[in-house]
Amino acid sequence: MFARLISNDLPRSRILAVVLVLLLLALAVAPFIVPGVKALNVAAKILIFLVLVASFDLLLGYTGIVSFAHTMFFGIGAYGIAIATTHLGPTWTALAVGLAAALALSLLLALAIGLFSLRVRAIFFAMITLAVASAFQTLASQLSEFTGGEDGLSFKLPALLSPSFELFEEPVLGTMIDGRLINYYLLFVVALVLLLALLRIVNSPFGRVLQAIRENEFRAEALGYRVVVYRTLSSVFSALFACLAGAMLALWLRYNGPDTSLSFEIMMDVLLIVVIGGMGTIYGSAIGAALFVVAQSYLQDLLRLGSEAAAGLPLLAALLSPDRWLLWLGLLFVLSVYYFPTGVVGRLRARSLRKTKAGPEPA
Amino acid sequence: MSMNKDFDYKPLLLVPVLALAALPLIGSGSTWLTLTVAGLAMGMIIFIIASGLTLVFGLMDVLNFGHGVFIALGAFVATSVLGMMGDWTGSQELWRNLLAVLPAMVVAMLVAGAIGLAFERFIVRPVYGQHLKQILITMGGMIIGEELIKVIWGPLQIALPLPEGMRGAVLLGDASVEKYRLIAVVVGLAVFAAQAWTLSRTKIGLLIRAGVQDREMVEALGYRIRRLFVGVFVMGSALAGLGGVMWGLYQQNVVPQMGAQVNVLIFIVIIIGGLGSTTGALIGALLVGLMANYTGFLVPKVALFSNIALMVAILLWRPQGVYPVANR
Repeated sequence: MFARLISNDLPRSRILAVVLVLLLLALAVAPFIVPGVKALNVAAKILIFLVLVASFDLLLGYTGIVSFAHTMFFGIGAYGIAIATTHLGPTWTALAVGLAAALALSLLLALAIGLFSLRVRAIFFAMITLAVASAFQTLASQLSEFTGGEDGLSFKLPALLSPSFELFEEPVLGTMIDGRLINYYLLFVVALVLLLALLRIVNSPFGRVLQAIRENEFRAEALGYRVVVYRTLSSVFSALFACLAGAMLALWLRYNGPDTSLSFEIMMDVLLIVVIGGMGTIYGSAIGAALFVVAQSYLQDLLRLGSEAAAGLPLLAALLSPDRWLLWLGLLFVLSVYYFPTGVVGRLRARSLRKTKAGPEPA
Repeated sequence: MSMNKDFDYKPLLLVPVLALAALPLIGSGSTWLTLTVAGLAMGMIIFIIASGLTLVFGLMDVLNFGHGVFIALGAFVATSVLGMMGDWTGSQELWRNLLAVLPAMVVAMLVAGAIGLAFERFIVRPVYGQHLKQILITMGGMIIGEELIKVIWGPLQIALPLPEGMRGAVLLGDASVEKYRLIAVVVGLAVFAAQAWTLSRTKIGLLIRAGVQDREMVEALGYRIRRLFVGVFVMGSALAGLGGVMWGLYQQNVVPQMGAQVNVLIFIVIIIGGLGSTTGALIGALLVGLMANYTGFLVPKVALFSNIALMVAILLWRPQGVYPVANR
């Protein structure tokens, strides 16, 4: 039953299994064990990025396509919710309309980009998507009467999800059950369902064809698979999931603007997380996202301490400034592409594989 | 470039065709001339940056997503050099201005070239033949470079004013053309001429062209393509540094993110040109420069889209770019 739920894609490493279970538990009870707005924000951001990164991994890790237009779909999802609730009022209908419109637009765009450019080689596709993504970002900030321009859109949500809503008069287990908490658990359930759906996709016969294309496009074509069709489908699926992740982001922040969902920095973050977590493993996106978001939220504090300690040495202090945290991340990224190409999950799996080979055959 | 009988002139015609097609849309001849010169100037600067990148791709099949760093680096070095030469840039006399800008360009090229050498050694060399890793790791290199620029020069926009004597415009008939744009066209033509001469008249150029066409064969003849490649990479980085100085002076300000911004244009240019072709890159750059200026005047909101539309149209005509390199 459980194996079916995760599509028989077992963690295949005891440590990995333990970490995953702990992560799931931590995210499930986060509002009750770690009080405070910041911690809840961190947990929600992990949920959102986990879906976004897993959807990108379907493209990069499983199909071997490098796209820089992924945040475009993330942004479409977020703008769908933001624009619909701004114009139609804070109702559930507005949310549904916005989400449906965003999904439809993502589908069309992904199809168009896919059919047009997936015939070309990886490096070509990467460049074309980079250009398309930057054009889209410019468009989003220029259509200001529609998207709010650079300022973005702030909007209200249906009463059940807004912070002012309270389910009970009294706190439960020391925490008020308010709209924010309900919102969090909505994200939690959605993220879990989407992640299981992605696991289902990559472990289906369709997913196997994608991996075959990644390993050797020519042979896959020779076996009779229409590579262009499979690649386009993969990019469409990945776009739809990214769009849903964007909708989650908008729901949580009750705000969206070009820098929140479309910026190139987010694309870099996604790339970093995929590589650190492990390409071609959906679990890697969960672990990577958790590591990354926690590091992003708390490492900056650590850097600030380091920077203050090195105040006597101006250059070192500048290097350790919390604003330069991307520098350290970039270094980490380059090093992990060299020495750690399979990421955390790949390493853990290889480790446990070595152990079982070396040790006695388990009964 | 060898101009033999089989030379394909059709793509070359695209540039005048685009310029003439824009004339009736714009209406006024003098405005058209102003925009055309501006477009050609922008195109020349873009070409200076793109030519190194396209050669590197043609020769070693490496696409450097971090090329933009050298642009930003060149521009920031120029702000420092020109900043130190205030009394030369403030002078009204053109020769004094040139004496300030020239060393800025030379230093920018040297610094960008040196960093390019390190970039090749530590970022690119370990990932030959692995496209996916190349894209990821050069992207990582760009993040590091951009952050280091922020460490040295700060994260904010820095003004890079034109020297006094280079400001203002000259009148060609009714059209006013900014002086700096004419200078940019001249520098661009000089770089193109030098490059064309090196590529078509020297032995190194012969080897580079042969390497782009068929690398294995050149290696089999006993030449070290690897060493040639490093040379081209360093030269490409230095040219990007020069392009950065010119771009910075063109915009009159520099930001650490400028490399990533220009990167998008560069990629469009080398896709249009056919990856690996210098002549193609020139045509692509001129088309992109003209298109950006015409649409920027006619319908400002779609300026960036127009370049993508241009790329799409050209790829529909020639899926490998206007001058596809053989064996690819």
